[in-house]
Amino acid sequence: MGKYIEMIRMRFLMMLAYRTNYYSGIFIYSINIGAYYFLWSAIYGGQPSIQGMTVEQMTTYVAIAWMARAFYFNNIDREIAMEIREGKVAIELIRPYNYLIMKTMQGLGEGIFRLIFFSLPGMIIVTFVFSLHFTTNVQTWSYFALSTVLSFIINSQINLLAGMVTFFTLNGEGLLRAKRFIIDLFSGLILPISFYPQWAQSAMHYLPFQAISYIPSMIFTESFTGNEAIKGMMFQAVWCVVLIVPIYLLWKAAKRKLIIQGG
Amino acid sequence: MYAIEVEKLRKEFKSYSSRSGLAGAFRDLFTRNYKIIRAVDDISFTVKQGEMVGYIGENGAGKSTTIKMLTGILTPTSGRVVVNGMNPHKERERFVQTIGVVFGQRSQLWWDIAVQESFRLLKKVYRVSDQDYNEHMDHVIETLDIGPLLDKPVRKLSLGQRMRCELAAALIHNPPLLFLDEPTIGLDVLVKLKIRQFLKEINEKYNTTILLTTHDMTDIEALCERVIMLDEGKIIYDGSLQHLKQNWGEGRQIHFQFRDMVSKEELTSLVHVTWEQGEDRYNWIAHVRTNDMAHVIGQVVSSYELKDIHIREVSTEEIIRNIYEEGIHHG
Repeated sequence: MGKYIEMIRMRFLMMLAYRTNYYSGIFIYSINIGAYYFLWSAIYGGQPSIQGMTVEQMTTYVAIAWMARAFYFNNIDREIAMEIREGKVAIELIRPYNYLIMKTMQGLGEGIFRLIFFSLPGMIIVTFVFSLHFTTNVQTWSYFALSTVLSFIINSQINLLAGMVTFFTLNGEGLLRAKRFIIDLFSGLILPISFYPQWAQSAMHYLPFQAISYIPSMIFTESFTGNEAIKGMMFQAVWCVVLIVPIYLLWKAAKRKLIIQGG
Repeated sequence: MYAIEVEKLRKEFKSYSSRSGLAGAFRDLFTRNYKIIRAVDDISFTVKQGEMVGYIGENGAGKSTTIKMLTGILTPTSGRVVVNGMNPHKERERFVQTIGVVFGQRSQLWWDIAVQESFRLLKKVYRVSDQDYNEHMDHVIETLDIGPLLDKPVRKLSLGQRMRCELAAALIHNPPLLFLDEPTIGLDVLVKLKIRQFLKEINEKYNTTILLTTHDMTDIEALCERVIMLDEGKIIYDGSLQHLKQNWGEGRQIHFQFRDMVSKEELTSLVHVTWEQGEDRYNWIAHVRTNDMAHVIGQVVSSYELKDIHIREVSTEEIIRNIYEEGIHHG
């Protein structure tokens, strides 16, 4: 276990080495949140609520969804693809650890870094500018924390899967881009799932994406409370477990197929 | 017990060839032409604990493929590999704990952060105790003279500095077996010497087995008593470097610098050996057997006025080149 914790620390240091990149990030996220804030305010107009969400819940949803994204988002899919392309996986295979767990830990190091240096200062800036509603309910906060950890796991698992597919295609740039877009759209980052047409909602119930952004954000805005919040987290937990199966199979197949390019 | 046991090891790759033209490209979508290339062809050898073996061959001879199978990165098509008493790909995590690997062309250190952070991570990864680490690595760091580099990020190091750090990183868990894939590529003479000196030292101190691939024959000469030579996936020579030199490097080259111009015919009629012209017609090189040396020099000195003369042993590099050009059986 020590080695995995060390890896989190390592990635944290790496991010720290390039911290200036992140100051501009805070700015960009704030602009994003601002744009959605005004967009939703305009859409609501005078209406007190749409689809059971008030305008305040909606704007808070948008803000928290973006800030949570900073935590669960990582580039390990791209890194895996790059390490395969450049043959660096070879080096990873001569180390006494599990490559995929190591990659996930790197993602976690990145996530913790962004949470501290990005989400928290960003959130403070945003609350000064816009009127958002943050609950003081401890239970909501702890549900949200747990739910965000689960969304990190699911997002990382999907990233591992996407990265590993490049073992077989050897160039997955288009695929990775499509995956990113699908996650932003179907996870509920741009639009809450409850705003989708009924058929799409039921289709998405069979997909893992809403576990990434929709569920934690709904919990935070207290649109999901009590049983509904528990049900949401169960949905996340089930996906965490289910996704292990394709990861395991794909990794086995990938190792068998491993061709180290350029060496 | 052997450190490495390899028996009838074979690795085949499928190599796809594409058909020409647009129609060909469409056909490739459905069925692709491929042929099977045998990168490593039924090789067998053993390496004893504590041996330093040079694994040499031209580009594409199958050196890297062999190393990748020995380290468990690639799975063999057929044959048996036992390294440190284990099957490398079956027991990967336990196995890699017992080997160290340096790929000269690929960094194992983390690019953006200080060297010591990489060391710290590897120490955790290989579960090295503080005591073992201090005892062993203090010495390694001192011998390789990398103490002042430890707090610098890897990207700021020169190639020679980085390579020394790579070597230290591969030795953190003090493995009994070390694979070095072109460790001195692109390094200057001083760094090369330092690295060789260091490798000899750890070999003596810990009885570390070292398998080394390189294109630099001086590395092999300095370090390895035994060489395994590979050509088109087959072992063409496995034995002592001394033996190779005796059989192939027998003879000397005598370089004469004459005061006046001479022709090949004149020289050949004087002494019947192979004459080769140097940079101009004042300079000639005689290829002679060691026993004939005195005779040839005597004849030349008594017939011509000379400005300079020197005698050279055939270098290992030339021996290797000759073997690849003419085949091993010639000697």
